[in-house]
Amino acid sequence: MSTLWRVADVVSSMPETESARTIGLRVNGQNGKLAGQHIDIRLTADDGYTAVRSYSVARAGMDETLEITVDELVNGEVSPYLVRELAVGDQLEIRGPVGGWFVWKPTDTNPVQLIAGGSGIVPLMSMIRAHHASENPAQFRLLYSLKSPEAGFYREELQTLGQESRKLIIDYVYTRKVPKGWPTAPQRLTAEPLLATILPKDPAPDIFICGQTVFVETVAEWLVQAGYPAASIKTERFGGTGGTR
Amino acid sequence: MGIISSGFHGRRQNGNPALPPGQYETGGFPVLTAGPAPRIPIEDWEFFITTEAGQRHAWSWDAFMALPQMDIDTDIHCVTSWSKLGTSWRGVSLDTLFENVETSCGFTMAHSYGGYTTNLPLPDLLGGRAWVAWEFDGEPLERAHGGPARLLVPHLYFWKSAKWINGIELTQDDDPGFWESNGYHTHGDPWREERYS
Repeated sequence: MSTLWRVADVVSSMPETESARTIGLRVNGQNGKLAGQHIDIRLTADDGYTAVRSYSVARAGMDETLEITVDELVNGEVSPYLVRELAVGDQLEIRGPVGGWFVWKPTDTNPVQLIAGGSGIVPLMSMIRAHHASENPAQFRLLYSLKSPEAGFYREELQTLGQESRKLIIDYVYTRKVPKGWPTAPQRLTAEPLLATILPKDPAPDIFICGQTVFVETVAEWLVQAGYPAASIKTERFGGTGGTR
Repeated sequence: MGIISSGFHGRRQNGNPALPPGQYETGGFPVLTAGPAPRIPIEDWEFFITTEAGQRHAWSWDAFMALPQMDIDTDIHCVTSWSKLGTSWRGVSLDTLFENVETSCGFTMAHSYGGYTTNLPLPDLLGGRAWVAWEFDGEPLERAHGGPARLLVPHLYFWKSAKWINGIELTQDDDPGFWESNGYHTHGDPWREERYS
């Protein structure tokens, strides 16, 4: 079912940063989505040439819509088209959403620590939105590592959520440039401040890490060494090669 | 033919006959895992095969390295659509490891350090098509890529090539492993695009 190619209508398109765009898609009969899943997108050129890439879902709507956020890769084959060319009213083909591992369900009761590096925020945002829309009272905490304030996705929404939600705490780390009036200089993320800003081992949070390979591997390693059970840590690499293994 | 995106031109890679349908070539070697990479010291490492009769065959690292070693040049294909062509590996053929194993089972479950599992039909592991590899591109296999040793079954999507391999359990039935329980195809042949269940 989820593995068939289906036609999706582009129903919205909003720049997220200078290089990233959030694209809303509607698919007839779309249902059964979980926060954290990805879709495959297939583009076909006018001579029949096709290319397929995986993208994490940023918002798994309750209706027939979903949103992805695509970061343009330098020399990418598919992402420049999605970010620069694709327009509302266009159609493309999608498969999925798929994936049953890197997902959060409203029935999950554990506290949740999310750790995002750059565009790795996308599937984690889907979880934050699903959590916010649910009655689930579990504590969520997001650590969002960014090059600069301008590189942040979903800035206004996260700011509002961070101020208004009692069940979501958001922490930022800026690695190259900090916002005006920020208390510290830009800094590389290191183990000590990371461990000081995430939910403690007790009571055993579920941990989701998404970002570039080095970020994910490094952070996961710190957590294991600090005594977080490996089984509680789910990782996803985010980049040109898609959502999952 | 699907929906045409007239502004999309693409790179025309998939005219390459070495690429299975829906795959594109990458020069890098992406790392894709479900959780943290386990750390397995060589002195604690072993590789086992267990049978339905309860027999257990096991090799320490030294015993494993004393087996005939093979160089393998092959293409690898990830279910997320990247393929890496012309990779070179060194390791032990599963044919060698199964030489003295008696079984009537048709299926296997590969078990990794860290708890990862993946299911494979036994015939897919035999006939010079599968190895336990410990060297990549002339260097010891990095931990991120599955070191000290990983399964290498390059004719199937690469999630079947279990990193941090610990052993193979022979099974009567084709029970799903980790990704196979999470939406992926039970077999995973890239030439048939067996991606999702």
